[in-house]
Amino acid sequence: MSIDTETARRVAKLARIKVEEDALPALAQEFSAILGFIEQLNEVDVEGIEPMTSVTPQRLVRRKDVVNDGGQQAAILKNAPDAREGFFAVPKVVE
Amino acid sequence: MTDLSKLTIASARDSLRRGEVSSVELTNAYLGAIEGSKSLNAFVHNTPEIAKVQAEAADKRIKAGDAPDMCGIPLGIKDLFCTKGVPSQAASGILAGFKPEYESTVTTQLFDAGAVMLGKLNMDEFAMGSSNETSVYGDAVNPWKVDDRNLTPGGSSGGSAAAVAADLCLGAAGTDTGGSIRQPAAFTGITGIKPTYGRVSRWGVVAFASSLDQAGPMTKDVRDAAIMLEAMCGYDAKDSTSANLEVPNFEAMLTGNIKGKVIGIPKEYHMDGMPAEIEKLWEDGTAMLKDAGAEIRDISLPHTKYALPAYYVIAPAEASSNLARYDGVRFGHRAKLAAGDGITEMYEKTRAEGFGSEVQRRVMVGTYVLSAGFYDAYYNRARKVRALIKRDFDQAFAAGVDAILTPATPSSAFGLGEMADVDPIKMYLNDVFTVTVNLAGLPGIAVPTGLDSKGLPLGLQLIGRPWEEGDLLNVAYCLEQAAGFVAKPQKWW
Repeated sequence: MSIDTETARRVAKLARIKVEEDALPALAQEFSAILGFIEQLNEVDVEGIEPMTSVTPQRLVRRKDVVNDGGQQAAILKNAPDAREGFFAVPKVVE
Repeated sequence: MTDLSKLTIASARDSLRRGEVSSVELTNAYLGAIEGSKSLNAFVHNTPEIAKVQAEAADKRIKAGDAPDMCGIPLGIKDLFCTKGVPSQAASGILAGFKPEYESTVTTQLFDAGAVMLGKLNMDEFAMGSSNETSVYGDAVNPWKVDDRNLTPGGSSGGSAAAVAADLCLGAAGTDTGGSIRQPAAFTGITGIKPTYGRVSRWGVVAFASSLDQAGPMTKDVRDAAIMLEAMCGYDAKDSTSANLEVPNFEAMLTGNIKGKVIGIPKEYHMDGMPAEIEKLWEDGTAMLKDAGAEIRDISLPHTKYALPAYYVIAPAEASSNLARYDGVRFGHRAKLAAGDGITEMYEKTRAEGFGSEVQRRVMVGTYVLSAGFYDAYYNRARKVRALIKRDFDQAFAAGVDAILTPATPSSAFGLGEMADVDPIKMYLNDVFTVTVNLAGLPGIAVPTGLDSKGLPLGLQLIGRPWEEGDLLNVAYCLEQAAGFVAKPQKWW
C-alpha cells in the first residue's frame, strides 16, 4: 500500500507531531516502505484465530475501588514546565 | 588494587563477605574507571554521591552479617528506569530535565538488596533502536574494536552492554522489547537475559510497548545473571501484569547437569544470506549441548518469518499510545510558543522538537495502524499472527522440548553510522532472532560462545519455557562452560 502526502499529513496531525510541508513526501515514502514490509502479514491464514489480548494466561487482578494514594500535589507538579497555584498551566483552551 | 576485569558479581560477593575488599573500595574503583571511559559514552548521568552513601551502608550490612547477594555490588542502570531525584530521560530530548519523584520497583528492589548505583546508562531513545544511535546523548561505543572504526554496542541497551563489557560496573539493568538486552549482550561478549513477561515489574520503567517490555540483567556470566535476576524478580501490585509467583533461587539451579533435556533447533532460523560464521557458531553450540548429554531435536516454528512484521505493527501501536503522555504539560520539554499559538500547536511543536526521528516515525506508524479503517487490517491481524507465533512455541514445548537454541544476532557488531543511509527495515532485521521471544512472552538468554574472523564476539540465544528461567539459566550455564568464552576487549578508551 502506498501512502500519499495527504495521508502522511493526516497521520502527523493525529499523532500531534508538527511536520513541515516540505518533509511530508519523504515521510510518506518511509511509511510506504514500512507498510510494504508489514503487508507480508496478509499471507498468513488467520481464519478462526482470536487476536492476542494477553501473552500470559493471567487474569488481571482486581482491587477494591477505593483511594489508596494521593496528597502529593507538590511532587506531581515538581517536573511541570509551567505550574502555577497548584495547577498545570497551558495555553488558553476555551475562547 | 582490585583487578576489575577479573571480578564478577559472584566473586565480588564472596570477597566482600570475607572482608578482603569493601564496597566503598570497589565503588571508588568503578567510579574511577567510569571517569576514564568518556569516549565510550556509556554512562550519561553519574551518581557518585548516591553510590558512596549506598556503598557505606552496604559495608555496614556486610559487617553485621546481614548481606544479600547483591549487597555492595556496583551497578549501572539503564536510563529507562525512573530513579528518584536522578535524571531519567529514556535518552530522549522530550524528558530533558525530568527527575522522577519516585523510584522504579526494579531499582527499589536492587537498592533494598544493597546494590550500589554508579549512574545511568546510555540507550536508544525510548528503547527504539538496535545500535544506540538514536540517543539524545549521542552514540554509545562498543569497547570491542578491530580497526579504526568505532563499532555499535547494539541497542537499545547499548550503554549497559558497553559498560559491563568495559568493566565499568559489575552488572547493569537493561530492558528488552524486541531484543534490546540480548542483541547488545551478543555484540559485546556478555550475558543478558530477558525473563518471562510478568516476572519483573514494569512499574517505574518508561513504557515503550507495554505488552512486550521486560527488564533483565546484563552481566559478565550466567552465574551473575542468575544472582542479579533473582534480585530483580517478584510480584508487584503496582504492575497489573506482574506474576504472583514464587521466585526460586536461580543460582542454586546452576547444576551443570542437562542430561536428557531436549534442545530444539528451529529450522526457520536458518535465514537466507546468514553468514557461514553464524551457522558454524550455531552448529558448534548444538554439539556442545549434545556432548553435555542433551537430546537434540529438529523442530519447526512455522510463523517465525512473520514475527518482525507483526512486531512492527504491535510495538509502534503501543508506543503511539504510551508516548501520547509526552505533551509538554506534566514533565519534560515544552516548546517555545509563538504569539497566538494554542494548545494544539503546543503539543505539535513540543513533540516535533522533543522526539527524535526514529521515535517520530514509530509513533506515526502506530497512529496509522490504529486509525479508523486500518485497525482490523493491521493491528488486529498482527495480534492474530502473534497468537500463532506463541502457538508455535506452545506446541514445541508441549511436544517435550525444554529449551530452544538459536543464534542471537544475524551478524557481529557493525560500525556506527554504517546503517545511516539504509532504510529502517534493514536495521529492524537485527532483531530477527530475538523478537519472537517477546511476542510469545518467553524467557530468552544470550550467551557469548565465540569470536568471528574479525575477532568480534558472537552469541547464541536459548529460549525457555514460561516461568522456567532457572532451567534456562542452567542450560545456558552448560553452554557457557563448554564454550569457554574468555576473550575481553583490548582497552583503547
